[in-house]
Amino acid sequence: MNGAQDLGGMQSFGPINPDNDVSPFHADWERRVHANTIAMGATGKWNIDMSRAARESLPPAQYLSSSYYQIWFEGLKKLILSTGLATADELESGESSTQAAPVPRVLMAKDVSAALFRGSPVDRPAGAEAKFAIGDWVRAREMNPSSHTRLPRYCRGKRGHIVAVHGAHVFPDANALGLGEQPQWLYTVRFDGAELWGGDTTAASVCVDCWEPYLEPPSAHDD
Amino acid sequence: MNGNDPDGDHHAHPHDHHGSALSEMDLRVRALESLLVEKGYVDPQALDILVETYEHKVGPRNGARVIAKAWRDPTYKQWLLDDATAAIASLGYTGRQGEHMIVLENTPATHNMVVCTLCSCYPWPVLGLPPVWYKSAPYRSRAVIDPRGVLKEFGFELPADVEFRVWDSTAEVRYLVLPMQPPGTDGFSEDALAELVTRDSMIGTGLPKTPDSTRGTP
Repeated sequence: MNGAQDLGGMQSFGPINPDNDVSPFHADWERRVHANTIAMGATGKWNIDMSRAARESLPPAQYLSSSYYQIWFEGLKKLILSTGLATADELESGESSTQAAPVPRVLMAKDVSAALFRGSPVDRPAGAEAKFAIGDWVRAREMNPSSHTRLPRYCRGKRGHIVAVHGAHVFPDANALGLGEQPQWLYTVRFDGAELWGGDTTAASVCVDCWEPYLEPPSAHDD
Repeated sequence: MNGNDPDGDHHAHPHDHHGSALSEMDLRVRALESLLVEKGYVDPQALDILVETYEHKVGPRNGARVIAKAWRDPTYKQWLLDDATAAIASLGYTGRQGEHMIVLENTPATHNMVVCTLCSCYPWPVLGLPPVWYKSAPYRSRAVIDPRGVLKEFGFELPADVEFRVWDSTAEVRYLVLPMQPPGTDGFSEDALAELVTRDSMIGTGLPKTPDSTRGTP
């Protein structure tokens, strides 16, 4: 989705303002949004790619004028609504007026540590041989899906070379749509700074992790 | 977003006064949480443990242990560069948002910087949750096009011939920068070295402290 989340290379957002504050939270509600998002993710009603897609689908003006955890809060409400776990009225009032929907799992206090320690690896057995190898030149496809993708706009259509092959990983473009994990080979592709930005850059290179469907041989459009 | 908010207040909506925006969000989030608890989708005690874990139990001190060990122990360093996930797990740092780790070594010729332009991907088990600026539009937009300018904004400059390599965390692979060991620290213990490793030096937006440094960077 060509949404406001795809920020690479945009200009005039102003200074970064690195602060010395080591807390990632500014208010208690941010802690609660973070915890509720993880706990609700653990119910199994949606996956991480659906979560990202929900946040990205906020209108760009709203996305850019919201704080990070406001975006998470809006994304979480969207997922709760779209999976029928609550109604809009219930979300607003905080009071339950309909019967709870069944969820596959509830993350209980005693299981939190183990769940976090275990994580959720996304590497999967590969269904086919990898098309590319380290050192190969590739081109990132020119593509503009209106659904979730992890190929940033700034590298679409650009040439780079493979610097790492990570095995097959869950493919977010499919997983976000509820089409299953459809694992695909994942590569790290190094793009020269000049290929991406011409002379207007101080980056010698930018590496982007790209699933195989994002890539094609570099000669695909050559005459 | 609001990383360009001059007063550094990152959570208030630009049109609201600070207090009212905060209390409004407090109320809205409380309403959501009580609904989820009432419906039985979340365990309130699990929420408390999640908050406690990410506030106090994971953080950049974990990553600093990894870096300090790599500086002291060439065998460990090689393992880290060959199989970061396993080498980091051997110190007990595993799990969510650190399932697939890669370590990037800075050298006199190469400086690495990590960003997630699309959201906020960050290696939680070794660095904790990302700081506000990492998630904000100014950093996410600029790191991939002007890393040298970004580093300068953090107060650091590197010689013109140092190559800047940026890593955009677009998949579930998480990156940790292995900064160069500060000069004059050869005989230091692992504990003393870990004290010099800053969070930002493991993202690539900073450099480690030197023994005589008074710089208070995170």
